[in-house]
Amino acid sequence: MWNYSETVKDHFFNPRNAKALEDANAVGDVGSISCGDALRLTLKVNDETEMIEDAGFQTFGCGSAIASSSALTELIIGKTVTEAALLTNQEIVDYLGGLPAEKMHCSVMGQEALEAAIANYRGIELVDDDHEEGKLICRCFAVDEGKISRAVEKHGLTTIEDVINYTKAGGACTSCHEKIEMVIDEVIANKVTESVATPTEPAAVKPISSLPPTSPLTQKVLEILGNLRPYLQADGGDVSLVKASEHLIVVSLSGACTGCMMTDMTLGWLQEQFSEALGFAIPVINHVPEAQPAA
Amino acid sequence: MKKNIYLDNNATTKVDPMAVEAMMPLFTKQFGNPSSIHSFGDQVGAKLKVARRQVADLLGALHDSEVIFTSCATESTTTAIYSALKVNPGKKEIITTTVEHPATLDTCEQLEREGYIIHRLKVNKKGQLDLKEYAGLLSENTALVTVMWANNETGTLFPIEDMALMASEKSVLFHTDAVQVVGKIPLDIQDTEIDMLSFSGHKLHAPKGIGGLYVRRGVRYRPLLRGGHQERGRRAGTENSPAIVAFGAAAEQAELHLETMSGKVKALRDKLEQGILSQVSHTFVTGDPDNRVANTANIAFEYVEGEAILMLLNQFGIAASSGSACTSGSLEPSHVMQAMQIPFTAAHGTIRFSLSRYTTEKDVDYVISVVPEIIDKLRGFSPYWKDGKPLDIEAFEPAA
Repeated sequence: MWNYSETVKDHFFNPRNAKALEDANAVGDVGSISCGDALRLTLKVNDETEMIEDAGFQTFGCGSAIASSSALTELIIGKTVTEAALLTNQEIVDYLGGLPAEKMHCSVMGQEALEAAIANYRGIELVDDDHEEGKLICRCFAVDEGKISRAVEKHGLTTIEDVINYTKAGGACTSCHEKIEMVIDEVIANKVTESVATPTEPAAVKPISSLPPTSPLTQKVLEILGNLRPYLQADGGDVSLVKASEHLIVVSLSGACTGCMMTDMTLGWLQEQFSEALGFAIPVINHVPEAQPAA
Repeated sequence: MKKNIYLDNNATTKVDPMAVEAMMPLFTKQFGNPSSIHSFGDQVGAKLKVARRQVADLLGALHDSEVIFTSCATESTTTAIYSALKVNPGKKEIITTTVEHPATLDTCEQLEREGYIIHRLKVNKKGQLDLKEYAGLLSENTALVTVMWANNETGTLFPIEDMALMASEKSVLFHTDAVQVVGKIPLDIQDTEIDMLSFSGHKLHAPKGIGGLYVRRGVRYRPLLRGGHQERGRRAGTENSPAIVAFGAAAEQAELHLETMSGKVKALRDKLEQGILSQVSHTFVTGDPDNRVANTANIAFEYVEGEAILMLLNQFGIAASSGSACTSGSLEPSHVMQAMQIPFTAAHGTIRFSLSRYTTEKDVDYVISVVPEIIDKLRGFSPYWKDGKPLDIEAFEPAA
């Protein structure tokens, strides 16, 4: 059985506000019975003060789904709609004294139900999560690209396991794992591009080809990488440098170094090696650039 | 006082006190290695011989030497599959089903990656196979048929004797994972065409860490583990003598209690099932109710989720299990429930109650008395349930 915290157990066995509010003026629905969990959140909001005076949940799901729903209602009652809108899934997790990693999506479901209820209160038509944002990635749980990339960005996810835990995508037949990795890579790559565009970091992360050959940092990084490559090559992989700055090293892993487990392990190792050789801690990320037309 | 009712006997069982008693001296005085020439070894060797006979009797095997002791049924199944492939190097096809135990499923999946062709027989909504489909797949390219005798989740029995006969007419090797039937139904394996049969100790009140593989005399065989003459060279490794002796004692007890299974245990199972079904609406039995092992009841509760049910049962001191996704850490309902196309309103809410000869009528009555309130409580705050009835589910579900 799961190692649930005492608070999770308490909120499961004695759920707070497990009810449908008859006089609700905001309703949020997320999930579905075929996916294994669903939550309907009903709120009674005071129209003058915008205070959430009461909240009720109805949940179909496992112990932690019910406990997360219960915690959600306790967290938002007494807050204004604007205050409640700031609630994160992590606050639900913290309130419950932690959730097993595999059950993180229960807290996400709570936070999403709140978002939906607030949108309903404000009369906003929420973009339906019914795979209308980009490609449908996970067929088992009907999770689209938009939802995954938002989760990756918002929570700083880096692995398939993270994505499964937060969105369920990829948690069943596993056939979409490659597509999920591509979404993760894309989000991370966009972040890199954004930081290139940031004026506070001029020239810091230019593509290596356009870096002045005299850049001491790049030379140093290339030299270190040259010493590390044989280890990866010995295992059937390889690595090349994409970009280097004082804040970030972007490499491109290939061969046996890739794949969801290996990428993490290899990057972790490279990060250790670089940080040691450079004498300061520096993050290393993987990005496979798209083929560039010949200059 | 909190009860202590164990209804998860398809997962594992309590060790028979007589088995415990039988194994104890092998930890203290008779600790010798049966391969040794001295008397420490001899006295253990004699005990293993008795145990092998006891287990062979339970299976209805003609020769003691047809029983190979292994570490578990997963090892037995793996050994049987790889043995069949090695003795049939030119044959690249395996016939199995979609509802096997992972020991078979995952091994076959790996073999598929290595280039073997795996035919997986489907089941219908009652968990039954289509023998016409099976007959059409048997061919001179088939290296092995490996099919479970009874399903671990539903208890549904497959017509293994008929299937073995059909395989033998095509000279195809036949293995069955009999983990859920050995000790539950009378077996006469010598009168069947089954070539290999895997079984486990801890499902029949022997300790964990001991399993067995029956290999019919004359069936070509290659060992998985090499490096010793133990088990007549068919499974190397020093014998787990305490567990083997306990296995023998447990097998003897299981054989003596076969009528308890088909009598008392079946009656209790039926009472449990009827007691729940008659009190709780929107529930049904999964699998083939008329054709299953006597100890298993798998009940689907619509509009509630299995892990939540198990947690509440556990509060009442009742241990059961679920095919629900959430209990296993995966996100999908069990492959067995999916293969049977259980309706989505119930696929996450299946609960398996598996009894044993130690289950009492008082236990069953208690379970019957608490299940309705558990389901009521959970349906009480399910968004799909209102005033004792399910809501129109289509209103919630996006069109498929």
